Amino acid sequence: MHALLADSTLTGGLLTLAQSDFPHALSTLTLNHYLFVSAAMFALGIIGFLTRRNLIIMFLCTELMFQAAGLALIAFGRYHLNFDGQSFVIFVLTIAAAEAAMALALVVLLFRRRESLDADLWAELKG
Amino acid sequence: MGVSMTTIMDAILSAAVAQHGGEAAHAAVAASHGVTGPLWIGLIPLLPLLGVVLVTLLACFNEKSKMPAWISVGLLAVSFLLTLFAYLGWNGHDAIHLKLWDWIGLSWGDLRGQTLAAGFAFYFDGLSLLWMLFVTGLACLIGLYASEYMEHDAGLGYCRFFAAFNLFVFSMSCLVMGDNLLMLFLGWEGVGLCSYLLIGYFYKKKSAVDAGMKAFVVNRIGDLGLLMGMLLTFTTFGTLQYDALFNQIHTGLTAGGTPLSQTWQVWAIPLLLMGGAFGKSAQLFFYVWLPDAMEGPTPVSALIHAATMVTAGVYLVARMMPLYLADPAHIALTAVTWGGAITAFWSATIAVAQFDIKRIMGYSTISQLGYMFAGLGVLATTGGVFHVFTHAFFKATLFLSCGAVMHGFAGQLDMRKLSGLWSINGFRVVVIAMLIGCLNLSGFPFTGGYFSKDMIIAEAFVTPDSVIAGSSWAGWLLLLTAGMTAYYTFRVFFRVFVGPVVYEPGEDLHAHDDHEHADAHGHGHGHDDAHDHAAEHFHPHGPKWAINLVLTLLSVGCILSAGLYFLGDHHGWAGGMVHASSAVVDTHAVEGGEEALLFGQPPHEIMFYISAVFGFGGILLAAWFHGPKGIAGLLIGGRTTAAEVRMDPIAKALRPISTWAVRKWYVDEFYHLVLVTPLKIFAHLFHWFDKLIVDGLVNFFGATPRVSSDAIGESTQTGVLHDYALRMVAGIAVVLVVVVLVLF
Repeated sequence: MHALLADSTLTGGLLTLAQSDFPHALSTLTLNHYLFVSAAMFALGIIGFLTRRNLIIMFLCTELMFQAAGLALIAFGRYHLNFDGQSFVIFVLTIAAAEAAMALALVVLLFRRRESLDADLWAELKG
Repeated sequence: MGVSMTTIMDAILSAAVAQHGGEAAHAAVAASHGVTGPLWIGLIPLLPLLGVVLVTLLACFNEKSKMPAWISVGLLAVSFLLTLFAYLGWNGHDAIHLKLWDWIGLSWGDLRGQTLAAGFAFYFDGLSLLWMLFVTGLACLIGLYASEYMEHDAGLGYCRFFAAFNLFVFSMSCLVMGDNLLMLFLGWEGVGLCSYLLIGYFYKKKSAVDAGMKAFVVNRIGDLGLLMGMLLTFTTFGTLQYDALFNQIHTGLTAGGTPLSQTWQVWAIPLLLMGGAFGKSAQLFFYVWLPDAMEGPTPVSALIHAATMVTAGVYLVARMMPLYLADPAHIALTAVTWGGAITAFWSATIAVAQFDIKRIMGYSTISQLGYMFAGLGVLATTGGVFHVFTHAFFKATLFLSCGAVMHGFAGQLDMRKLSGLWSINGFRVVVIAMLIGCLNLSGFPFTGGYFSKDMIIAEAFVTPDSVIAGSSWAGWLLLLTAGMTAYYTFRVFFRVFVGPVVYEPGEDLHAHDDHEHADAHGHGHGHDDAHDHAAEHFHPHGPKWAINLVLTLLSVGCILSAGLYFLGDHHGWAGGMVHASSAVVDTHAVEGGEEALLFGQPPHEIMFYISAVFGFGGILLAAWFHGPKGIAGLLIGGRTTAAEVRMDPIAKALRPISTWAVRKWYVDEFYHLVLVTPLKIFAHLFHWFDKLIVDGLVNFFGATPRVSSDAIGESTQTGVLHDYALRMVAGIAVVLVVVVLVLF
């Protein structure tokens, strides 16, 4: 098994996600595990977004969903031995950083107006 | 078998030659039989068009003077002079060609028949020259007449009138001078438009507006025939240009090489063109629009609905004569003959019973147009065309005289309320002009109308029944009609223009008196209390110099037109013009040189006596029944009032029939019942279908999102962020569930 993995490393044929010196439990990680984590993160994000009223928490939940999607992208990219997914996620992270800066600034502005972070206070726009 | 194969091969070969050499042959023909005219010929139609522009500009500047009239008359006079120069400079046999620019050029292949080309080009042969001479001449004179007749409308109405008047002359020139059927069609629709505009000139009067609409709609039905005939002409002969078309017909083959006599187009095209001609010239089923068109101002009735536009149909048939003759069975010519003869008789039966003198003239126009068509049908193209020419003069004179009466008596046209114009101050010229016109119309010996009508009727007896079915019967019908024409014409003259002085003003009294006030100083008899006792203080006023001058000139024209019969070698001047055009008919070739006799004499000689008998008979009948006592009633009349005549008891005895005749045989009512009402019902059905189903569907699809979004939006647009998020998530969840269910 060791030889096989080393051999595969040498030839560049990366057959599994795990590396040769990973713990055994991790060496059997498959795409489904990663997708499960991603889905869990996304679901947590949604639930958090729907249940909380605090603007910052809601914003954090959206970030969580963002990263869940990014994780799924990386996992798929690795699975297909294709680096498009990873490079895509780098862009997503960059933009997410910029957007986070703006969103937090907005949250601060909204807080100054109402002295509160409750999202329901901003319902009169009916947008 | 071998022989027929050779014949077919010959036919194909000659067709191929015709196809390949078409352009070259056409060029050669143009070089040998045509001359290129000087550029100023193009001014003949374009000057009236310039008049339209100038008069419209005057309207923009709100001109109140008679300037529009003088501009129009001046330009039309120049147009007439140019036509006259063109005629004098014409060599008498070759057509003059002049192409101003390429108008339509469509091509979808290299073969003959795949190019539709029409130049804005003119074609002057005898026929178009003859037509243009009287069109421009009469337009100029009638424009002068209208300058006085329309003076009460000085201002915008005046400008509107003269703009349409000029546009009419332009369109009519395109119709007559065009060198292809598309130019003719352009003019054809143009004159139709102007006719519509001018009939509805008094647009506040419902009857005038309805009459304009009626004329327009009835003409469109005829135009469908014309258009279909043109399209068939193009598909059959591959061209719409006259020279090329006639050359093609002359070969006896279609553009595809089939012998013409074996095709159905050879009778279908002339019949369809006849439909167009009958619509424009108010024949057979289409005549109903013309009497109503008398709602327009009288100069319009004289120019458009008597002298020029309504003869456009005659022009079309005369121009396309080679096409009509190409049919060995002469189906279309027989239809033209009988259509014309029946219309001539039918409208005469209506005219004898009417009381409105202008309407009588309207019906007599229909009747005379019937003569012209019958003339063309029985191969008397010279007679038909000559009758167009003489009729243009005498009918314009008659209409303008009636117009002068109408103008002087505040719109009164009822012959039961007018009598003795001869004895009313200022109407002498009108009465004399009317008398000359009446003599012409009734075919009094040695008048123009007498000669032209005789040529038609005599030719109907000359043409054998084997060529035109029932030709001699049509001749008898036309003779009978000639007697009726004399009767109803002189019925008008004896009742209105001579006899005891009786008059009642018409219904335009108030409007008319306003105008009287406006120029009372210039005119000499104003009314101080005209509005209070208008009818009692009414004084008829005779026409002024413009109307009198025009009536005099036209009367002289009427008299001189008779002299044209004696000019030239080919049965008069008109015959010479026809011989130098496409309307010429080689009667010997068509009729086989058979010598026809009527009462043992050649018809053309004995007809002078027969028709004179019918004419005199009609006049004497009119004098007996309607003439006043004394010399003016030819010593046999007995009328002493305006309203009662010897005809009344007879009319009463013939009660149902005479009432029907007064009611115009209920043709309008019949059309209303059979055509208009069903069409209206259909129109309403379609209207409701359109409103409910077509519009309903569209509106339904438009309204559904709006209404539903209003309803849903009220409850869902809360503005709470979580509501939106929740709905979004729920929506995505539903989509996912569906996708999963469908895919797995």
